[in-house]
Amino acid sequence: MKKMKSSVVALAMSLGVVGAVQATDLTIATVNNGHMVEMQKHSSSFEAANPDINLKWVTLEESALRQRVTTDIATKGGQFDVMTIGMYEAPIWGAKGWLEELTFSDAYDIDDVLPAMRGGLSVGDKLYAAPFYGESSMIMYRKDLVAAAGMTIEDNPSWGHIRDVAAAINSPEDGVYGICLRGKPGWGDNMAFLTTMANSFGARWFDEDWKPQLDQPAWAHAVTFYIDLLTKYGPPGSSSNSFNEILALYNEGKCGMWIDATIAASFVTDPKQSKVADQVAFAQSPVAVTNRGANWLWAWSLAVPAGTQKSAEAQKFIEWATSKEYIELVAKAKGWGSVPTGTRTSTYNNPKFQNAAVFADAELKAILSADPDNSTLEPTPYTGVQFAAIPEFQAIGVAVGQQISAALAGKLTVEKALEQAQKAADREMRKARYYK
Amino acid sequence: MNLTLSQRKKVSTWSLGLLSWIVALVIFFPILWMVMTSFKTELQAISTPPLFMWEPTLENFSVVQERSDYFKYAMNSVITSFGATFLALLIAVPAAYSMAFSPSKRTKDILLWMLSTKMLPAVGVLMPIYLLAQSTGLLDNVFSLIIIFTMINLPIIMWMLFTYFKEIPKDILEACRMDGASTFAELRYIVMPLSWGGIASTGLLSIVLCWNEAFWSINLTAADAGTLTALIASYSSPEGLFWAKLSAASTLACAPIVVFGWFCQKQLVQGLTFGAVK
Repeated sequence: MKKMKSSVVALAMSLGVVGAVQATDLTIATVNNGHMVEMQKHSSSFEAANPDINLKWVTLEESALRQRVTTDIATKGGQFDVMTIGMYEAPIWGAKGWLEELTFSDAYDIDDVLPAMRGGLSVGDKLYAAPFYGESSMIMYRKDLVAAAGMTIEDNPSWGHIRDVAAAINSPEDGVYGICLRGKPGWGDNMAFLTTMANSFGARWFDEDWKPQLDQPAWAHAVTFYIDLLTKYGPPGSSSNSFNEILALYNEGKCGMWIDATIAASFVTDPKQSKVADQVAFAQSPVAVTNRGANWLWAWSLAVPAGTQKSAEAQKFIEWATSKEYIELVAKAKGWGSVPTGTRTSTYNNPKFQNAAVFADAELKAILSADPDNSTLEPTPYTGVQFAAIPEFQAIGVAVGQQISAALAGKLTVEKALEQAQKAADREMRKARYYK
Repeated sequence: MNLTLSQRKKVSTWSLGLLSWIVALVIFFPILWMVMTSFKTELQAISTPPLFMWEPTLENFSVVQERSDYFKYAMNSVITSFGATFLALLIAVPAAYSMAFSPSKRTKDILLWMLSTKMLPAVGVLMPIYLLAQSTGLLDNVFSLIIIFTMINLPIIMWMLFTYFKEIPKDILEACRMDGASTFAELRYIVMPLSWGGIASTGLLSIVLCWNEAFWSINLTAADAGTLTALIASYSSPEGLFWAKLSAASTLACAPIVVFGWFCQKQLVQGLTFGAVK
């Protein structure tokens, strides 16, 4: 009997040991951005603090990630427990019930998260994704070239002034182009930039009845100005340039000005990557007739798909990855200049961060000035600065982007491009039954 | 300048040789550039004009190994490529034998139909296959990739084997049958030995095609069953310079199959150019 008792105890103990070491696998889908890569490196810190959770990473190319997470979430595939999504997807998917509402402990200090980010990732008062790093857009310019031309760039200069500066510093014979802007077609490529530019020219994607507005004069003015500017003072082949192509040109010292994501500031001021790191200055985005919607708002965020069996573990991970403590962890490992930005007020209030990041003030100012609920001169039924947060926008943005890129490449006139863009947008909206 | 016949022949041979080298260099240049870029820093990789002389660094390779478990991806590539090729040959050899030696009125139509399935864009069947894999619990599983790779390559393998088998003289098979050989014995002792070069080159081609397949690997795998093509894709970045690291990942992904192809090139070329029994 005694022998039997001890056998039962031994069995119970061994089962207990097995239970204790059996960790829950948490699969996280992400993109290959610098901050995300850094997060993977710090996995061991999270796993050490949570021995019952084992992190598994799936890194995908951005468009593949979008396609994979959309498929997975729509079919309830259950391949991912945590997903990296953007500010475009979060409110749409949240409203559809595809994402779980995030609830964090008091220690998380949700009020420290920048209001613009919190608002952009919520539906009503429910938060569906937590910002891992956020960005707006701003002007990054070569202060040496601008000063040599006897000019200055203040915050929110007029587009006319930007054209004058581009003309003054444009020197193709020396391999320097006045301005570099996105031209590659895509709703997140040329259309992200062009929408902010069009917003400032008084344009909007849809009127209050959801009718596309690409045939209105404000769009024609903005696109004409954009094409004229890039054709005269931009690098050759602009119609195939997006963030990475321009980053390469800028870091090589070939762009006098660049208006793009604030995250680029950390790359262009890094001497390991940039030949002009010490010559970069920043200013808020240019405006034409309004400063509404002149700079975008975006966040790469972490969300939990509805229906995952590991919701509690997934939320625990997101709470850690988007916390103040995580930012401090990165600062300790790589310095304050490398921490994920654009998410928390405390980061910008930190003197160590202010010292390390020369772009801190400009970035914060840009993020705080972006308002997704009020991004156009005239009223609209949609939210979003550089996009309209409706499911149909992806297809419309791509179709319009292709027309404008073709016009930039000289294959179409602006009038023809916008006419075809309007037709494509109208077709999509009718198909989706916004109107008959 | 008057050239003698032998001189003209020499010039023609030299010109042809030179042209071949130029064409080969043009074809090989992207691979050479990829390998060169993998030994550069990110800043050197985007340098204009491009750098041909620089101090090489192994940093990108160590980053790839540190960030991703290269050997796990490589093992998945080996398992899926060899598994799918083996399975495809197992189906294709008897099928091609049947079509080559006992053709029916519809054999050619069937062959054309099989080839026509290659014309269907893969994305067209993504959702049904994704849902099938999900309902059978084969998402992120090497077995689903093996089955799909088998199906993708089966038409090509069938066609190649069919043409090799067609070249075997029927008289040999008839003599074999007169001696009382069964169908299996005919296949095992006559057809396969006579067309061994063709079967080997078909298998090699199938391995290369499976190794390079990216669409299904990227769409059906997650953390466990990813192949080397999925590893390469993961190094593309929407925000940040990545060419040097991507090139290092690509070089590491291509290296095993290039080495494999190098060792097997004799069989591959022989099989592809000379047919079954010539």
